[in-house]
Amino acid sequence: MLSYLTGRVVSLVPVLFVVAVVVFLLIHVTPGDPARVLLGQDATPEQVQNLRHEMGLDRPLGVQFILWLGRAFHGDLGISLFQRIPVTADIIQHAGPTVTLSLMAITVSLLIGIPAGVVSAVFRNSWLDQGSLALAMLGAAVPSFWLGLSLIVVFAVNLGWLPSSGYRTPGEGFGLSLHYLILPALALGLPNSSLIIRFTRSSLLDVIGNDYIRTARAKGVSERGVIFHHALRNALVPILTVVGLTFAALMGGAVVTETVFSLPGVGQLVVSSVLRRDYPVIQGVILMVATVYVMINLAVDLLYFLVDPRVKY
Amino acid sequence: MAERALLSPRAITGTRPGVGTLLWRMVRRRRITGVGGGLILLAVVAALAAPLLSSYDPNALNVSDRLLPPGHAHPFGTDEFGRDILSRTLYGARLSLLVGALVTLLATTGGIFIGLTAGAGPKADRILMRIMDGVMAFPDILLAIALMASLGPSVRNVVLSLGFVYTPRVARVVRAAVLVVIRLEYVEAARAVGASGARVLARHILVNCASPVIVQATFITAYAMLGEAALSFLGVGVPPQVPTWGGIIAAGQVYLRQASWISIFPGVAIILSVLALNLIGDGLRDFLDPRLRHA
Repeated sequence: MLSYLTGRVVSLVPVLFVVAVVVFLLIHVTPGDPARVLLGQDATPEQVQNLRHEMGLDRPLGVQFILWLGRAFHGDLGISLFQRIPVTADIIQHAGPTVTLSLMAITVSLLIGIPAGVVSAVFRNSWLDQGSLALAMLGAAVPSFWLGLSLIVVFAVNLGWLPSSGYRTPGEGFGLSLHYLILPALALGLPNSSLIIRFTRSSLLDVIGNDYIRTARAKGVSERGVIFHHALRNALVPILTVVGLTFAALMGGAVVTETVFSLPGVGQLVVSSVLRRDYPVIQGVILMVATVYVMINLAVDLLYFLVDPRVKY
Repeated sequence: MAERALLSPRAITGTRPGVGTLLWRMVRRRRITGVGGGLILLAVVAALAAPLLSSYDPNALNVSDRLLPPGHAHPFGTDEFGRDILSRTLYGARLSLLVGALVTLLATTGGIFIGLTAGAGPKADRILMRIMDGVMAFPDILLAIALMASLGPSVRNVVLSLGFVYTPRVARVVRAAVLVVIRLEYVEAARAVGASGARVLARHILVNCASPVIVQATFITAYAMLGEAALSFLGVGVPPQVPTWGGIIAAGQVYLRQASWISIFPGVAIILSVLALNLIGDGLRDFLDPRLRHA
């Protein structure tokens, strides 16, 4: 097991290296000189030359990469061109809403996805099954930003039950914070439940076909007991992988959802940075999100040990 | 016997059914695939016949008709400049479908090339697939946004960004298929009679990887259309003067209280198109690879 763990962690190194290369190269695929782009059209040649030197752009690409990677490794992602503060600080300032939204959205996805998937598998080929699968099909096709706007029209504009935008920190009151986050979490969580529905269903159907399920039924275990104690526990392992995948999709979707609901999160930071051409911030955010994603996948793999004692590496 | 082994399995089964027959069989197996096909056909026809279906110029300003609700003259209503939403949605279909098709073409070509190279040799495999894993570690939309920031807003750059983002998905599928096919006897036979490595890859291996690639390509078209809509919605995709579904929805966001129809209709167009592509993808997977029926 220890050797598996070591191997798993070592295998992350090349992936994270590629991530770093992609992020580093982003600024270099810009047509024209990055320094010129950063300074704008009005800059004098001397200013451009100075910034080029300051940014190390006059050095070979390989040297630039190593210097950049070294700094990034120590948490130094450069200075935001717009805010004039370290990028790391800028990201941390915006992390709260994104983390809260992602956690709430994955909760919504699981609360819808797992029950719908279980119902679908247990009542296979019934109208409940058809309904769950239709929900999954629809979820995969709905853009979360459009769903967000529709929820605003219904619940904020017409019914007036929930606020249409804005953010309150859990520090200002948990209930208040929740009140503001319900619609964004639904907009992001509902579309992302479709993969979970489909996987829960197929995973459970696979397990239900096993002999030990028949044995459990034969010895008189109630149907409820069979499903929850024998089948679902074993079906959970493949579902975990999908939860990891869904979380990655969520982090991407959060960018768009935050814009719809004016949540001051990392997504909004990225979008406004794109419009301001604040490259260090863009680089910093996607480097951080990709790293978090890789770590979540590692965590999901390790969770297998807890869920399924048969898993031995 | 030796002669027979040289023939690909396709040749052994005798006459091949035509495309029409195959499509018919596919739809018969799952009726709803036909619904998906019909919807996409409808979207393509609507996009091509946009000038015939709506008499309004999608960019014509008409201040006296601003923010009109859906009605007789404007079935989908008008926006804040009095532009007809139906005709903007129809012209938006052109761009969405075009971007979907081009991204799929780019990602499939790139993915086949990378997947074949990786599948053919363990050394290339290790390097290329690590790179693919690295690219796939970014959430799709976020990487596309970052690329758009570097490349600048234009239709061409949306295609390039999304094509780059989705290439690894095709590469993985192709590589997996190559690793299975390359061990089959007929490949060995082709090698034995002296076919060159490149010829074996192109003539014998690639043909037998077609099914998973076609299925994946269908799903990628759907992802690409959703991706383009998200980029345009955020204002980092196609320049704003071009009507796109995502762009129309974003413009309607400001008028959600008075004129929610601006955002609603293009959204329905996105949902129906993506739904249709996913239905076709499921149908194709079911038909081409029955082993995956319950996946």
